[in-house]
Amino acid sequence: MTPMQNEIMPDEVLPNEVLPDADDLTPLENDAGAPLFSRHAVETFLSIVTPLILLSAWEGAARIGWIDTNFFPSPTGVMTTLWEMIRSGELWEHTSVSIVRILVGYAFGSLVGIFIGVLMGMSSLARAVLLPIVQATFPIPKLAILPLFILIFGLGESSKYAIIAVTVVYMTLINTYEGVRDISPIYLDVGHNYGASRTMMFFDVALPGAMPSVLAGLKISMGVSLLVIVAAEFVGAKSGIGFLIWNSWQVFAVEKMYVGLFMTAILGFATAWGFDLLEKIAIPWRKPVVRTSQKHLARSVVSSTQAKAPAP
Amino acid sequence: MNIVSKVSSASGIDVPMTKVRPKVRIRGARKEFFVRGKKIEALDAINLDIQPGEFLCIVGPSGCGKTTLLRILAGLEQMTSGRISFDRDPSPGLTGRPRRLNSVVFQEQSIFPWMSVQKNIAFGLKAQGVPRARRFAIADEFIDKVKLSQFRDAYPYQLSGGMKQRVSIARAFASDPEILLMDEPFAALDEQTKIVLQAELLRIWESTGKTVVYVTHSIDEAIVLADRVLIMTNRPGRIKDVIDMRQCFPRPRQVEAIKSSADYGAMFGRIWAALRDEVAAHEREANAR
Repeated sequence: MTPMQNEIMPDEVLPNEVLPDADDLTPLENDAGAPLFSRHAVETFLSIVTPLILLSAWEGAARIGWIDTNFFPSPTGVMTTLWEMIRSGELWEHTSVSIVRILVGYAFGSLVGIFIGVLMGMSSLARAVLLPIVQATFPIPKLAILPLFILIFGLGESSKYAIIAVTVVYMTLINTYEGVRDISPIYLDVGHNYGASRTMMFFDVALPGAMPSVLAGLKISMGVSLLVIVAAEFVGAKSGIGFLIWNSWQVFAVEKMYVGLFMTAILGFATAWGFDLLEKIAIPWRKPVVRTSQKHLARSVVSSTQAKAPAP
Repeated sequence: MNIVSKVSSASGIDVPMTKVRPKVRIRGARKEFFVRGKKIEALDAINLDIQPGEFLCIVGPSGCGKTTLLRILAGLEQMTSGRISFDRDPSPGLTGRPRRLNSVVFQEQSIFPWMSVQKNIAFGLKAQGVPRARRFAIADEFIDKVKLSQFRDAYPYQLSGGMKQRVSIARAFASDPEILLMDEPFAALDEQTKIVLQAELLRIWESTGKTVVYVTHSIDEAIVLADRVLIMTNRPGRIKDVIDMRQCFPRPRQVEAIKSSADYGAMFGRIWAALRDEVAAHEREANAR
C-alpha cells in the first residue's frame, strides 16, 4: 500500500466504508468515557450536604452536652423559638420596623446619590464644587456620627432614616460617579457628533452607560444598610432587629438572640436575590454570564432559538 | 501611464477639475498637540477642496494625522490655525431645522450597548427631535438596507463585528447628514466580511449620492471605494498626492470586477509608490523613539 492510498484526494468525497480505520493509531489521551456523575451534580450535592452535616454536628454536640447550651443553644431549640415568635407576631413586629427604616433611608439616599453622581460625572463644574467635600467626608465611619444624629433628630425614627440615608448616599454617589467616568469617550463623541441635548446625554448616554456600576453601588449599600441599622438599633432604639438581638442578650434570652441573627441572614439573602433579579430587568443589554457547567446547554438553546443572519 | 491623471500641483494645493462649487474648502489647516510639554505637529498646510457627492479616501502612514483631520471636519477637535468652510444645503432637514452637517462612523465599536439595533439607528434622529413613530419608521428603512431586519430588537452583544459596523453605518445614513465622515470603519473586520461590507457601502452610497470622506490605511480599500485618493505624508501630515480614479473605475462599481482588473494592479503600484517613502520615514521615527 503506497502512502497515497491512505489520503483523501481533495476533489473526491469517499463514502464512510472506504475510509481507512484509525485502530492502529494512538487515540487522543483524554478520550475517556463519560463519568458516572457529572461534575455539576457532585458540586450541587456537596453544597447541600455540607451545611446539613455542620448543623447535625452542632445539634449532636448540644444534646450530648459538649457545648454550653446557655450560649450555643441547639438548632432545633432556635427553630422552636423562631416558630413561637412568628406565631406571637413578635418577630414580624421587630423585622417590619427595621425594614421600614431601611427602605425610607435607602430610597432617599440612593436617589440623591445617583443624581449627584451623574452630575459630578458629567460636569466639571459640579466636580470642582463637590468632589473635595465628598472625598474629605467619605472616610468617616457613618456609625461614628450616630450620637450626633440622635442629638439632632432625637431618639425617634428620623435619626434612623438619616443614618441609613447618609450611608447610602456616599456608596451610590461614588459608584455612579465612577460609572459615568468609566463610560468610553467614544460614546460621548457619538452623542456630541449627533447633536444630542443635555437631557439626552443624561438619560440616553450617561445613566444607562453607568447602570452596571450604579446597580453595584445600590447592591453594596443595601448590604451595608442592614449592617448599619442593626448597629444603630443596638444603642438608640426600643424596637427593630438590632434591638431584638441586643435586648435578648441583655435579658439572657439567648435563643431569641439567635432568631434575630437568623433573621438578618434571611434579609441579606432576600435582598441579594432581589438585586440579581433587578439587574436582569434593568440591564437587559448585558451579555448574560453563563457558568461553565451550563454553558453547553445554554449555547445549544440560544442557537436553536436565535434567528440566523440573512446571507449577505 | 495615461489612465491615472494627477490633479494636485507640486505645492499640494488641489486644483479642482471642474467649476463645481466645492462642498468643503480647507485652507492652511494646521494642528499641534502638546504631549507632556512637547509640541507635536499633527497636520500642516492642508489645502483641499472636496467636491459635492464625491467619495474621497485619505490614506497615509500611521500617525500621519488623517484621523485628526477627520475629527476636525467633524467638529470634535479644533484646528490650531487655518480655515474650513462648507457649502451648506439650504433645504430644511427632517424637522424643519437646518440639515445635520456631518455624521461620523468610527473605527471602534461605537454603537450604544444599552440600545437595541433600532434605537441605535434612530439615535441621530431623536437628537434632531424627530417624533418617535417617524424616527422608528426611518430607522426600519435603513435596517432593511443594511440587511439586519431580523435583528431589529437585538442588543449589540448579540451581533457580530460586521453587523455592529452595519448598524453604525445605518445610524450615520439615517440621520441624513450633508457629509459622511468615516474613520477606518472596517479596519477591525476580517477580509471576507470587509469585502461584503464594502460592496454594501458602495450600494447605499451610490443610491444617496452623499459627500463622503473616508480615512483608511488600506490601499485596496481606497481603490475599491474612492473617486479620489488623497495620500498624506509622514507626520506632520501634508498632502503628498491626489489620485483621480473616476475614469479608471466608473460607477456603479463591482468590488469583484475592480479587484480582478488589470487597472487595479497598476493603481495599487502607483499609490504604494507614493506611500512607500512615507511609511519608511514613519518606521525610522518609530525605531528612533
